[in-house]
Amino acid sequence: MSAMTVEKPEPTGPTDPPGTPAPPRPAGRGGRPGRTAALASHGVLTVASLIALFPIAWLFFLSLGPDKDDYLHPGRIWDKMTFDNYSFVLQHTNFFDWMRSSLIVSLGTTVIGVLVAATTGYAVSRMRFPGYRKFMWVLLVTQMFPIAVLIVPMYQILSDLQLIDNYLGLILVYCSTAVPYCAWLLKGYFDTIPFEIDEAGRVDGLTPFGTFARLILPLAKPGLAVAAFYSFITAFGEVAFASTFMLSDTKYTFAVGLQSFVSEHDAQRNLMAATAVLVAIPVSAFFYLVQKNLVAGLTAGGTKG
Amino acid sequence: MTVAIDRATGKRRGEPGQRPGRLDRLRHAYQKYWYAYAMIAPVAVVLGGLVLYPLVRGLYLTLTDANSLNSARTIGVNHIDATYKFIGLDNYADILWGDTAYDRFWSHFIWTIVWTVCCVALHYCIGLGLALLLNQKLRGRTFYRLILVLPWAVPTFVTVFGWRFMLADGGIINSMLDAVHLPTPLWLEDTFWQRFAAIMVNTWCGVPFMMVSLLGGLQSIDSTLYEAADMDGASPWQKFWYVTLPGLRSVSSTVVLLGVIWTFNQFAVIFLLFGTTAPDAQILVTWAYYLGFGQQPRDFAQSAAYGMLLLAILVVFTSFYRRWLNRNEQQLAN
Repeated sequence: MSAMTVEKPEPTGPTDPPGTPAPPRPAGRGGRPGRTAALASHGVLTVASLIALFPIAWLFFLSLGPDKDDYLHPGRIWDKMTFDNYSFVLQHTNFFDWMRSSLIVSLGTTVIGVLVAATTGYAVSRMRFPGYRKFMWVLLVTQMFPIAVLIVPMYQILSDLQLIDNYLGLILVYCSTAVPYCAWLLKGYFDTIPFEIDEAGRVDGLTPFGTFARLILPLAKPGLAVAAFYSFITAFGEVAFASTFMLSDTKYTFAVGLQSFVSEHDAQRNLMAATAVLVAIPVSAFFYLVQKNLVAGLTAGGTKG
Repeated sequence: MTVAIDRATGKRRGEPGQRPGRLDRLRHAYQKYWYAYAMIAPVAVVLGGLVLYPLVRGLYLTLTDANSLNSARTIGVNHIDATYKFIGLDNYADILWGDTAYDRFWSHFIWTIVWTVCCVALHYCIGLGLALLLNQKLRGRTFYRLILVLPWAVPTFVTVFGWRFMLADGGIINSMLDAVHLPTPLWLEDTFWQRFAAIMVNTWCGVPFMMVSLLGGLQSIDSTLYEAADMDGASPWQKFWYVTLPGLRSVSSTVVLLGVIWTFNQFAVIFLLFGTTAPDAQILVTWAYYLGFGQQPRDFAQSAAYGMLLLAILVVFTSFYRRWLNRNEQQLAN
């Protein structure tokens, strides 16, 4: 694990071997770098930004070319740029069906996940009860289930219940990961709310449920929003279960629908690119609104559990 | 009556006086903890129904020879009952040391390890480098940050298709390589280059998360530590090694753990990049999926057995990692 050797604590010895290569960059917090260092930083960051941006920009560019093989001759697109792909996708494909499926499944998962997980997050944040450690361990392990563990038995169970190709079935499957994740995220958030508030509530004669519902829940709205958003984005982007459990093409989510443009017989890459852009724009806009809270939430629970 | 034992006032375990009888204790525990149990009940029920039950059923499947030909199924109006039978641990034995075990399991196993190590190392190092750059007072760093987060903001299933267009034979990457007279590998067909491309795409997708988390960690390091280091005449390299890295410990250990778990389980990148066309580039997760759903007849039992093995690997890794972290923590405290 070369990534981890970096953070091995060294005995605080005094010396670096002489001739240690120059430090990559001034490490001081918010330090103002010298002129050359600043130039170098700008250079590296610009290159990195270009790399981050290029594949997405390229996808957008290709979506403007009207023929399905235009991606092989990008130079020709300049002369015949058009938004035809977009109007075709919106008018003649199942785009809106897919959008409906994606929204039903993602929102369903979000609502169930947050509702079910909220009280649990509070309980594990504030109370110590017999079985606490085991319960936390279960929450942690559930989050790292590879899809391969559950996909086969889930497939059989859902076929027994006739829930294959059914929104409810997919929502249930997603809840198996969303619920523990939300509980974990929310625990992290509740931990940041001062315990004195609970005490004040108790002194005023509220039951633990009362404290939770009247005092903590209103304070925890940002945390709930992060959990909700995380469930949404995970459910929205999930590929394996959706590809396996949704069979009719009007019930595909976007993740499956996009794949259906390229089959063995035909590859409508221009339409695929246009659809991809249409999906990407609202999702990433939404993402930018909440990403700051998201990061704090994801790393908070981690090792402190 | 008070259940909510807040950490501020410490624990409230050991009751005074002699131990009451078992029934009393049970009743007491019930009175004391029923709030807590009522509150975790919803999650416990959901986990029991959606995780535990499938897990047990999956475990049973791995002990049978179930596939899509002998499982219960309905064709038209006819319902055919399941005819698979119990075969004990044969699936596991076959996977681990059966006839072609190397091709079917161990080669994928090694590739999965290489994949995880490479990806997480690249994620972490590139993420840390960019975070350090963004942590300076630079003009336009908010702008850089917004752009650099983009690969995380756009759903993976969208960006992977973007990469597929670029990597295709005759796509932009090979055209550019050709223009500067470099060799143009078959990214999506040749095994080595498939693996290379997979790591590249996954690195591209995973760096922003690391970068943003580590940037948060950098900003929470107490700036007086740097001032103290400056006073002592520490070189920038020493400051990085003795102030920055230790200051990032808790964030690093979390993101590396998350990174390992996510990368090990990464399904979308490889599945969408290659579909089922590249048997040699499949990591264990996608290979298990291929066995269960990508081929005919579908081999449910083996696929589930792979799942169990994967879970076992992850659980073992995580507990060792946490133990290692704890030990380091103690060493540091001494």
